[in-house]
Amino acid sequence: MPETLQAAGPVLDTPLVIGEQPFRSRLMVGTGKYRSNADMVRAIEASGADVVTVAVRRVDLDRTKEEGVLHHLSPDQYFLLANTAGCYSADEAVRYARLAREAGFNDFVKLEVIGDRETLLPDVDGLLTAARELVRDGFKVLAYSNDDLVTALRLEDAGCAAVMPLASPIGSGLGLLNPFSIRTIKRRLHVPVIVDAGVGTASDACLTMEQGVDGILMNTALAEAQDPVTMAWAMRWAVDAGRAAFLAGRMPRREVAVPSSPARGMLE
Amino acid sequence: MGELAITVNGEPRRVPAPATLDDLLRHLGLDPRTVVVEHNRQIVRRPLLAGQALAPGDSVELVHFVGGG
Repeated sequence: MPETLQAAGPVLDTPLVIGEQPFRSRLMVGTGKYRSNADMVRAIEASGADVVTVAVRRVDLDRTKEEGVLHHLSPDQYFLLANTAGCYSADEAVRYARLAREAGFNDFVKLEVIGDRETLLPDVDGLLTAARELVRDGFKVLAYSNDDLVTALRLEDAGCAAVMPLASPIGSGLGLLNPFSIRTIKRRLHVPVIVDAGVGTASDACLTMEQGVDGILMNTALAEAQDPVTMAWAMRWAVDAGRAAFLAGRMPRREVAVPSSPARGMLE
Repeated sequence: MGELAITVNGEPRRVPAPATLDDLLRHLGLDPRTVVVEHNRQIVRRPLLAGQALAPGDSVELVHFVGGG
């Protein structure tokens, strides 16, 4: 049973709280791009995530048998975090966020305002405008951001409940490109920092958590794995391992070797 | 009893007149609990769907949650 390998039990940690809402898992997962709904459901279960992201789209009127994601995932079992993916302006993102809230689950939104179609990097100006408007409107905003400290600080000032800097571009699987930026953002912000996008495999997740961030959101790394369920387990352990390593505090890096065995007591 | 020409999710549609938003959802075979309705760019809360009449040329958006990251 894979469950028996779950090893986070003895590690003492404070719970992750975003906008006064506590969460059990520091791993959040998306629901897009899975080869089948069955794969998605099993992978999400294996991940141990309680936050799952969803997108807002038009109902397909010609194929109403093609059910929404809630046909497969129970909103009682997961905290649904709606995103504004695909939005290229503040107005559009605000419109999508309001539609998502009307679905009636919560007032959280993962705010994305995209500025470039090739890299899907955020439009910082639009992001800040939308964040301010949504905060005014009572939303708990989790803002998808680039890994820029000043942008992150401004999003916090705007009242965001969490800032979500990228590890690398959405869907790229390139891993954590700039650990220094992520560490700096974590050190300077008071709201939770959730790294979103770019994690490709377990070592990426572990390294990201070792920077001290509060959590990770991923989608493609699970959905496009050869075996999404096994990758979900790997990510769960990696997030826990990285978090534990951060809490433990790593040894200093040295440019010289230091023997682990006593230098004294050697034979003549 | 004529028909109303409206736009639903960007596509022209004709529905039997008169019709409310609730009638439209039923006409399309949709459960109002599973969709969010925007009528001429204004969100209409579920309890108000049955009281909101459609007029010719109206634009309606019907959205729900799909898989995403």
